Amino acid sequence: MAQLDVQSKLAILADAAKYDASCASSGTAKRSSAGQKDGIGSTEGMGICHAYAPDGRCISLLKILLTNSCIFDCHYCINRKSANVRRARFSAKEVVDLTLSFYRRNYIEGLFLSSGIIRSSDYTMEQLVEVARSLREDHGFRGYIHLKTIPDADPLLLEAAGRHADRLSINVELPTVAGLTRLAPEKSAVRIEGAMAGLRHAIDDGRDATRRYKSAPGFAPAGQSTQMIVGADAATDRDIVGRASTLYDRYRLRRVYYSAFSPIPDASAVLPLQRPPLMREHRLYQSDWMMRFYDYKPEEVAAAADPATGMLPLDIDPKLAWALRFRERFPVDVNRAPREALLRVPGLGVKAVDGIIAARRWRRLRLEDVGRLTRSIAKLRAFLITEDWRPVALAERADPLPTAKPKREQLELFAA
Amino acid sequence: MPLVKLAAEDDFDGWRTAARAAALIGVPPEGLHWQVGDQVADLFAGATEPPLPPAPAGAAFSVSKTFVALAETVVLHADPERFALLYAMLVRLRDQPRLIEDQTDPLRRRLEEMAKAVRRDIHKMRAFLRFREVTDADDAPRYVAWFEPEHHIVRANAGFFMRRFATMRWSILTPEIAIHWDGDTLTQGPGAARADAPEGDPIEEVWKTYYASIFNPSRLKTGAMLKEMPKKYWKNMPETALVPALIAGAQARETQMVATARTASGGDAHAALEALRAEASGCQRCPLWQPATQTVFGEGPADARLLFIGEQPGDQEDLAGRPFVGPAGQLFDRALAEAGVDRARAYVSNAVKHFKFEPRGKRRIHAKPNGGEIEACRWWIEQERAIIRPTVTVALGATAAQSLLGRAVTISRIRGQPMALADGSEGWVTVHPSFLLRLPDEDRRVEEYARFVADLRRIGERVTALADPA
Ligand code: SF4
Repeated sequence: MAQLDVQSKLAILADAAKYDASCASSGTAKRSSAGQKDGIGSTEGMGICHAYAPDGRCISLLKILLTNSCIFDCHYCINRKSANVRRARFSAKEVVDLTLSFYRRNYIEGLFLSSGIIRSSDYTMEQLVEVARSLREDHGFRGYIHLKTIPDADPLLLEAAGRHADRLSINVELPTVAGLTRLAPEKSAVRIEGAMAGLRHAIDDGRDATRRYKSAPGFAPAGQSTQMIVGADAATDRDIVGRASTLYDRYRLRRVYYSAFSPIPDASAVLPLQRPPLMREHRLYQSDWMMRFYDYKPEEVAAAADPATGMLPLDIDPKLAWALRFRERFPVDVNRAPREALLRVPGLGVKAVDGIIAARRWRRLRLEDVGRLTRSIAKLRAFLITEDWRPVALAERADPLPTAKPKREQLELFAA
Repeated sequence: MPLVKLAAEDDFDGWRTAARAAALIGVPPEGLHWQVGDQVADLFAGATEPPLPPAPAGAAFSVSKTFVALAETVVLHADPERFALLYAMLVRLRDQPRLIEDQTDPLRRRLEEMAKAVRRDIHKMRAFLRFREVTDADDAPRYVAWFEPEHHIVRANAGFFMRRFATMRWSILTPEIAIHWDGDTLTQGPGAARADAPEGDPIEEVWKTYYASIFNPSRLKTGAMLKEMPKKYWKNMPETALVPALIAGAQARETQMVATARTASGGDAHAALEALRAEASGCQRCPLWQPATQTVFGEGPADARLLFIGEQPGDQEDLAGRPFVGPAGQLFDRALAEAGVDRARAYVSNAVKHFKFEPRGKRRIHAKPNGGEIEACRWWIEQERAIIRPTVTVALGATAAQSLLGRAVTISRIRGQPMALADGSEGWVTVHPSFLLRLPDEDRRVEEYARFVADLRRIGERVTALADPA
């Protein structure tokens, strides 16, 4: 292979990383460079998106692969062994230098480094760890580092990774085992979950230790996350929501990312060339949100899906879909209902609900009061009772449930 | 009317001292003029206005921390009315401290919105400010940025840049004020012009390469991008110059993919089909898997040019695990032979892959799949079609047609004519062979059978014509 300059390598190795949906740089330990003699960087809990790409996703990290060569042949993956793509490989130093140059100019919050597997899992993992180590130890880098870990790498390497990185992730790849068997026959669901369990213990131990001794080295303070590809296997939304919630519980994941399967150049015949179902991905993120912030149980989210197809409606959001299926729970009286009931009102966010609760301690709320806390009171009215407003009980309304039929355009091949 | 002069646009302490004093001596909300520096803010306030008398010694009242925090942020807003609005709120809180809890109060809401705008501006400055490297007189690097905030946030935001870039030397130039950090102390200077900031930085080209490469052209979502990164920030961000070309290029790349979709195919289609069959054997996408014996997957060569979609397996297919082996399948075979279509070179499958039935005594009576079941199972037939890429797909009967076209259709209306499918291939619709079996009238049966054979013959000819365009 001819020697490529760093910029040409970046073009290849960022392009190869664009299918990974993980991007957040939030929720890690606070760090600062103030008062330090050298080094650079800070984290303040809240991550910052430094730019947005035309695909609507934020750019907060330098998201690249160390190399896009791989000994595996997973069908959904652009880097698979049999794919006919240009290959490139960064040295650890090149990645370190790029990260620092970008960071100094305030282009990024840090680095998200992943890699194709070369030689062996251990060898690859060693290289990833070396980048993080060098950034932290040689350059005093205090920005955010997210490392993609290789499931069957030596636990000692994972331990080193956790010492340097803010977040570690292992992708489950596909929501169903049958899908994984078909699309990534060399990967094993058991091994992937085994590695997640290992990380969970290391993270828990690390947290325990830092609680007891201030000087104890932390371990991945921003926890672990995972990604699954949506739309490449037969999993329904109901299956995916169930799988995600099991992963959250079992491995205490901070985030599950969903990546709508998107057509890749030189696609393997196993995969259809389809426009990615972006709306479906969006609905899954919304359902994830419902479980994480609104206390819906996975079964409840599943109940918002179409009973026959197991799919969440594409035309309305899952919170509204749930409310329309459980009409007997509405309308809710804003002046009396408990917080949990208010949180279930479609269109009322956590902030608005807290505002309602604070205000009603000393007076009774009218419709326009609630209107000031939300974006669109018109959509909410059917679900609320206020001092001056009482809608017809939803359960008695004659209009049928908005159908949960997916929009055709989403599924057609390349429909314009 | 007394006049309060504040030292600067973001002079929170000045506002607080004056507001406290005014509230203590009972100045009504509309009874104060606020002014920043020497510029006259109010048409009716002139140099003749008296200054605010001092507050009586020892008098005090307190307001909640929530309000203080809110006021600190709102003071940074660009709206000249902010001081007066905050003062009005303060006067109300003096008499009714609990009012601060009422988030639905219109004035509170307005202040909250202003605070939100300020916080957003602070956040955008942290995100969209771009440093460029220059060299100072002593040969050391300095990083200089030009930024145009909407509100008076620069000083309030300095801490963030000091914590993050503590060991760098940097300057942030804005129209209102410039701040400089030398690694030790923060100094400030007068506002600057854009021309005072350096042009370009060699690393920008590398950054643009990254920006262009990390974006996925098949998921264009410009609305989402604009929502988070409004155009007003673009002019000072090097990477945004690429956006129009990236968007145009994305469409071109997709068009090209559509053009090659029917020809390009990598990998081993036979293996892909076998893997799909294995995955389908465990399908539970809809409830039909429960009572049925097994999944009846499609059958035929992976490179078939002709693909038939039937309705669903029947009693015999369910037991055999193969499609089209029962009475309707036998009739279908006979018709294909008469039409001169090579059965062995066609792929046959079903819209729904599990047998749906109602038990009647010992017998299992075929039941029609509903829309949800067709929709759930459509995933499989689409995957089969995507792997096989048939030139012509034929839907047999209404259920199959609904699966192929994604909507309920009337067979008689679209029968016997080619249709363009979304993937660029051709679709046909005819009756299902079991329809012929159910006809009670002998003459009718003969007549319909002949029509069916005629349809198949035309389809067979069409496949040949498409494969070998003369
Ligand atoms: S009928 Fe189709 S979708 Fe339903 S369980 Fe069977 S194979 Fe799956």
